[in-house]
Amino acid sequence: MYSENVTLKNEAGLHARPASLFVKEASKYSSEIKVVKDGKEYNAKSIMGILSMGAGMGDSIKIEAVGEDSEEAVKGLVELVNNKFGE
Amino acid sequence: MKGIGVSPGISIGKVFLKKEVNIDIKRKDIDNVEVEIDRLDENIDKSIKEIEYLYEYTLKEFGQKEAEIFNAHRLMLEDPEFIGRIKNNIKEEKINSEWAVKKATDEYVKILESLDNEYLKERVADVKDISTRLLKNLLGIKGVELSSLEDEYIIVSDDLTPSDTAQMRKDKVLGFVTEFGGRTSHTSIMARTLELPAIVGVKDITKKVRNEDIIIMDGNEGLVILNPSEEEIEKYKEKKNSYEKFKKDLNKLKGEKSISKDEIKVEIAANIGTPKDIDKVLEHDGEGVGLYRSEFLYMDRDKLPTEEEQFEAYRVVAEKLDGKPLVIRTLDVGGDKDLPYLNLPEEMNPFLGYRAIRLCLDRTDIFKIQLRAILKSSAYGNVKIMFPMISNIDELRKAKDILEEVKSELRSENIKFNEDIEVGIMVEIPSTAIQSDIFAKEVDFFSIGTNDLIQYTLAVDRGNQDISYLYSQYHPAVLRLIKMTIENGHKEGIWVGMCGEAAGDEKLIPILLGMGLDEFSMSASSMLMARWIIKNTSKVEMEEKVEKILTLGSPQEVEKYIDEKITSKI
Repeated sequence: MYSENVTLKNEAGLHARPASLFVKEASKYSSEIKVVKDGKEYNAKSIMGILSMGAGMGDSIKIEAVGEDSEEAVKGLVELVNNKFGE
Repeated sequence: MKGIGVSPGISIGKVFLKKEVNIDIKRKDIDNVEVEIDRLDENIDKSIKEIEYLYEYTLKEFGQKEAEIFNAHRLMLEDPEFIGRIKNNIKEEKINSEWAVKKATDEYVKILESLDNEYLKERVADVKDISTRLLKNLLGIKGVELSSLEDEYIIVSDDLTPSDTAQMRKDKVLGFVTEFGGRTSHTSIMARTLELPAIVGVKDITKKVRNEDIIIMDGNEGLVILNPSEEEIEKYKEKKNSYEKFKKDLNKLKGEKSISKDEIKVEIAANIGTPKDIDKVLEHDGEGVGLYRSEFLYMDRDKLPTEEEQFEAYRVVAEKLDGKPLVIRTLDVGGDKDLPYLNLPEEMNPFLGYRAIRLCLDRTDIFKIQLRAILKSSAYGNVKIMFPMISNIDELRKAKDILEEVKSELRSENIKFNEDIEVGIMVEIPSTAIQSDIFAKEVDFFSIGTNDLIQYTLAVDRGNQDISYLYSQYHPAVLRLIKMTIENGHKEGIWVGMCGEAAGDEKLIPILLGMGLDEFSMSASSMLMARWIIKNTSKVEMEEKVEKILTLGSPQEVEKYIDEKITSKI
């Protein structure tokens, strides 16, 4: 398992477009990927899951993955968040 | 009937009542799970194909931003959790796909509705939209689509989904009236994009109108008139014509300079509260931001924003303005704007109490973080700092000393910022207006905050309905203070702006031009109107009128004079 913590810095947080981009990126990897916020786990490949997490700007989330490409997956997603979803 | 006007404009026309086809879902037991799951998969594919079509169509007709929502819809229909839940329902309970879809949808709707976030709550509409699409396909229902409108209609509905608006024939729609929704719901956003009038939150409207009824809708006022009289129709036709002609004229002003008839150039800028407001400012061709209300970054949260968060919120705006001025007002809380996490003491007279710069000079820990963030953002655009609620020259000097301390901290950390950043103050307290000759020697600009200046000059609480008749921007005493402030600023060679409501007041703009105001900062949607007024006014002519106005006694006399001698002439 590989995991990293990251803080959402874009204004919209994980809503709408960023949520779509996040799920699309996660779906590229074969690993099982989870996002943990406030102790609750959400499936990173599920748009409904990511939306219902309700993560906004300034919120801190943990991304963890299990599988062959787990490190790559987490790093890819962290980069996406840090780049503010290319805004 | 009243609702919330979310997109301006007036329409008179026939009603097309778009009621959701009643989809009757019944629970049925099934024998063959595999067959049922195949049937589900087939209809998911079919729904995804429809969404792909809508995406392409919307992309072509409206653009990327509007099409984006269908990307999200597609992801929802491909969502492993959502689809997994539906399939689990089928497998474990041996029930039909329709019931399984309904069950899973209800669960997600409940979760999203429970979130404490208006934007996410409205995504419920999207979940319902894709669920309805899938159910219709499963049941083989073809609903009345807005794509088949033959005549022009005002669409009345509970709420409109992205699928509705995407298929709608734009040339046949006169406006939207809905029972539900808010300013950021899909209906509202789409209406503004299409520049169609829209009113949301009209209670029971779908029960009160029938197809083909004639209604009048005024998106400016949020007003719906059912079965109007001939006179009302005539009145609104006229209103509509003049509104549309004016709107056309205004749009032509985009890209032009704000120059008076006698060639005096002024700056028309916007007031904003959050970074996303800047898009609207640019869309309406704003020449800058005259007031960035930084307190919004501190509100609706449970702790102070970090330096990094603030820096981001300032930098984004500075960059988007691309060299145009950005005046950031430092934290202005207290008074009517409380921050619960600061545990501010309760006061007898909060507007005369511990607020704005008074709080910042006491809580220098908070103040310094903000100044650091503002200074850092000054490396990315034309950023200026403005202190609110200055009543005494010592406050200004103290604030500037702290700013210098922060500057030297940044220097020692090798952090880039604009060394010559302009520093100004809000002139919103009578003592400061009266002493503006003294203040002008120690700042780079003034911005007159009329909302508070009126309240403090006239001793009228601006929130108290019982005495609201006394609150007036036309009070000659207020106008004298404004003129004095502008003149004193100019004597010292600094620019003077205004960021209160009065700066966007159609009646006062000519007067302020006559007084020599350099910058007018207002809500973004008023800017083109202000430019139009400036272009149709001569400063020299107004100078005379200003002299006359200042000899008048009451606010009513001033307003009457402006109505008769100025507004009607432009």
